Amino acid sequence: MNQEKARSQLFTRRAAFLAGGKLLLLSTLVGRMYQLQIVDSDRYQVLAKDNSISPRLLPPMRGRILDRYGIPLAENDQNYRVEVISEQAGDLKQILAELSRYVPLTDDDRARIILEAKRKQAFIPTIVSENLSWHQVAAVEVNAPDLPGVSIEVGQRRRYTQGRTAAHIIGYVAAVSEDDINGDPILSMPGFRIGKNGIEKQYETELRGKAGQTKVEVNAVGRIVKEIKDEDCRDPVAGDDLVLSLDSDLQRFVQERLASELSASAVVLDVQTGDVLALGSTPAYDPSIFIRGLTLREWQDLSSDPLRPLANKAIAGEYAPGSTFKVVVALAAMKAGLDPSRHVFCPGVYSVGNTRFHCWRKGGHGSVDMWNALKLSCDVFFYDTAMQTGIDNIAAMARAFGLGQPSGIDMPGERRGLIPDSNWKRATYGEPWYPGETPSAGIGQGFITATPLQLAVMTSRVASGRAITPHFRRTTIVGDSDAATASEAPLMDIPAKHFDVVREGMRRVINDAGGTAYRSRIAEPGMEMAAKTGTAQVRHISLSEHLAGVRKNENLPWTQRDHALFIAFAPIAAPQYAVCCVVEHGGGGSAVAGPIVHDIMLETERRNPARVNFAQKLASTTQP
Amino acid sequence: MRWPEPLTTLSRAELSLTEKLQQITWGLIAVICAISGVGFVMLYSAANGSIDPWAMRQMIRFGLGLVVLIGLAMIDPRVWLRHAYAFYAIAFLLLIYVDVAGRTGMGAQRWIDLKVIQLQPSEVMKIALVMALARYFHRLSIDDIGSPLSLVAPIVLVLAPVGLVMMQPDLGTALMLMLVAGGMFFAAGVRLWKFLLVIAAGIGAVPVAWNLMHDYQKNRILTFLHPENDPLGAGYHSWQAKIALGSGGLFGKGYLMGSQSHLDFLPERHTDFIFTMLAEEFGMVGCVLLLLLYTLVFVYGFAIAFSSRSHFGRILAIGLTLNMFAYVFINMAMVMGLLPVVGVPLPLVSYGGTAMLTVLAGFGLLIGVYINRDLKIGQRGLQDDG
Repeated sequence: MNQEKARSQLFTRRAAFLAGGKLLLLSTLVGRMYQLQIVDSDRYQVLAKDNSISPRLLPPMRGRILDRYGIPLAENDQNYRVEVISEQAGDLKQILAELSRYVPLTDDDRARIILEAKRKQAFIPTIVSENLSWHQVAAVEVNAPDLPGVSIEVGQRRRYTQGRTAAHIIGYVAAVSEDDINGDPILSMPGFRIGKNGIEKQYETELRGKAGQTKVEVNAVGRIVKEIKDEDCRDPVAGDDLVLSLDSDLQRFVQERLASELSASAVVLDVQTGDVLALGSTPAYDPSIFIRGLTLREWQDLSSDPLRPLANKAIAGEYAPGSTFKVVVALAAMKAGLDPSRHVFCPGVYSVGNTRFHCWRKGGHGSVDMWNALKLSCDVFFYDTAMQTGIDNIAAMARAFGLGQPSGIDMPGERRGLIPDSNWKRATYGEPWYPGETPSAGIGQGFITATPLQLAVMTSRVASGRAITPHFRRTTIVGDSDAATASEAPLMDIPAKHFDVVREGMRRVINDAGGTAYRSRIAEPGMEMAAKTGTAQVRHISLSEHLAGVRKNENLPWTQRDHALFIAFAPIAAPQYAVCCVVEHGGGGSAVAGPIVHDIMLETERRNPARVNFAQKLASTTQP
Repeated sequence: MRWPEPLTTLSRAELSLTEKLQQITWGLIAVICAISGVGFVMLYSAANGSIDPWAMRQMIRFGLGLVVLIGLAMIDPRVWLRHAYAFYAIAFLLLIYVDVAGRTGMGAQRWIDLKVIQLQPSEVMKIALVMALARYFHRLSIDDIGSPLSLVAPIVLVLAPVGLVMMQPDLGTALMLMLVAGGMFFAAGVRLWKFLLVIAAGIGAVPVAWNLMHDYQKNRILTFLHPENDPLGAGYHSWQAKIALGSGGLFGKGYLMGSQSHLDFLPERHTDFIFTMLAEEFGMVGCVLLLLLYTLVFVYGFAIAFSSRSHFGRILAIGLTLNMFAYVFINMAMVMGLLPVVGVPLPLVSYGGTAMLTVLAGFGLLIGVYINRDLKIGQRGLQDDG
């Protein structure tokens, strides 16, 4: 019995000890809870949020691109697409069969969709078909009860209303490439597109807008459970609409007019403001193929085409300006002190040392002054004038008129052309400028190259006397007087009488019988233009060929024919527009490029809003 | 049967059924119901606010278990004393059966399909071992305890099932069996230095065991020590559980609002990790409240052990309480990252049939001890000698 009592007492002690031990262990648990749930709680709350809350970007609506009259050139279409979520669809094969009654699906399409759906987690949608018509959308929606897991989603797609007509100007958007990624998270969004060329690229940041953000709660396998609204969430901000100085109807006219040639380009500028009213390059390409994505074959065809449809030749084509350059030489000569009424006798040939330079007219022009030298495009007069003026003076004047440097137009891909001088010669060839090289420069040949845009800028500056800079972005709103902005372009530091000589010379080129471009004149009163032709030699003509008789262009292979150039401004009384056209391997400037410029200039003048308003006023007042 | 006489002098064996029912510790049953109620609430949440598939079935099982509990409480402890070894033997054979069945190509299996329930022999063994040890220590005099030889038999009783369970391999149950047995040895009066000896030997064996372990076993332990180093691999469960717990904070995210639980980040949220879900949705306040309920159960257990006048009753009560405690402690310590993930459910709360039934059966035995607390059982066992 004592033993039993001792055992009982021992048990009681031990049990009490155990109870104490348990209490200690339970306190450990409470301590651990305190540590996890109170002390470190903030950290774990962040981790729990990171686990389940994931931010999603909302793509902004891209800004539209409008022409000067507000006509959309690039806008956003709603892209309706059918998607299927395989876990909701049940038998995917059967659903696709059902769906193909409303949306055309080939067997290949179906196989692709099933394969794609299998690769993804079952709750992630697979695109079945894109760019649905409204009719197809309606059919799918109406039959939704028979199509579990099928849904219609709306996306955005860029649409270029002008197609090929403005392809070189507007450019296009395409998928973001590796090089474009700069840390902006929106660029990493699947399917996001950015401007890759033209205006779309130039004004990418303004057009793009700002991405919005939303937060979604996802579960452990990434399925979206719900959207979360909090202070970090924001709606996307649409990109700005961009108004261009371009006149889309004129642009179409220019592009269609150029299409008569294999490869040509033209620029129409407002001489007072630098507005680009039209800028064409032919052949063109269809920008929509970049939206849908082109095949390797299509890309190879486009990029290896000898006519270079992808190139915007108006800003990236560099040509010897030929006789159009004589305008600059004349101004340089007058600045150097040469009297424009100085006469030079043209026997048809000019010699420097042992080298003989031929005038384009075999028999020569006889005695000509500067006005008639321009009118007749006498080469010998300008050989001599260039020799008297010196290459460095000519180069300085050329630069003052925007040659040999980028015009600064708001468009990527512009080439700078080349205006040589003695420093350039030494830096490039390590040789001095030889006097024998100057006569060629005097007629815009030799080393000299310029883009059609640069020649249009040169023409505008001659016409207005203002150092305009060409631009696509509209600086004035339609309806405002263009004159209001004209004062922004600074006047050039050239005496008015020098300008008068050149303008009068250019007037004679086209309006006087015997001028090189007489047949391209505009007869409508008040719309007459002044012009200068140019024919840029592509091949070297040897002495023996001169002796044997220069071959006619028609007898040469296309790639060896001369480039045809033509610059003009109008109306003569109050210059408003400048046009430059270059037809690659077109032959003579007056014969090929002249008629094109005639048509473009006439159309441009007819479309002058001031004139149209005047005509309307006239019509309304004469009505009873 | 003499009747009526004052209860204090009456041998409990002679109590009528009505008297026995009156003696049931309804307070303990209320606490058990409260804890199970927490379980139902959490299972409802685990199913994202649905009574199916877990909460309803758990309630039905609890109802059945409650009947079993009261039924077992009506049985005289001497019956258990008499049949303790036989019960142990059956449990042991069942353990061998699942081990063999598992090895003969049926895959790792821990249960026997009885159609009605899936019987887990390791759960049965938890009760059987407690019973067998209680019987053994009941017969041992205070002098016998001092002799090391007398400890050989109970150590074999413990290590045999531990070995079998480890082979399954079910580390959690093995750990529980050893912990409970250790507690019972201690309560029975085994000298302290013997425990220290075993613990020292255990620590000494750690480097040896480490070298004998397979790489994957080593990884499991390393992952336990630093779960955040491998958040997507082996440490995933443990790491996500910690995040759920910690993010609950003081008051929790609210019922049905736990992001970790409802977005499937939390593994096994209806079984072993149900505590983390409670922690996430009800915070530390909810955790401590549940812990207090369990503590109340332990207090009842100890009170019953102290109230018993038979050594068998005392040891049995302490063993059952220790068993309950081991469940709770190992589970909570595991989900809180204090122990490796070993797979022990939270009793009465985690979803699971066998565990629920064995835990409630254990309470039946415990209440039986209370009802018959005045019963004196002779050392040899079968009749009163006091």
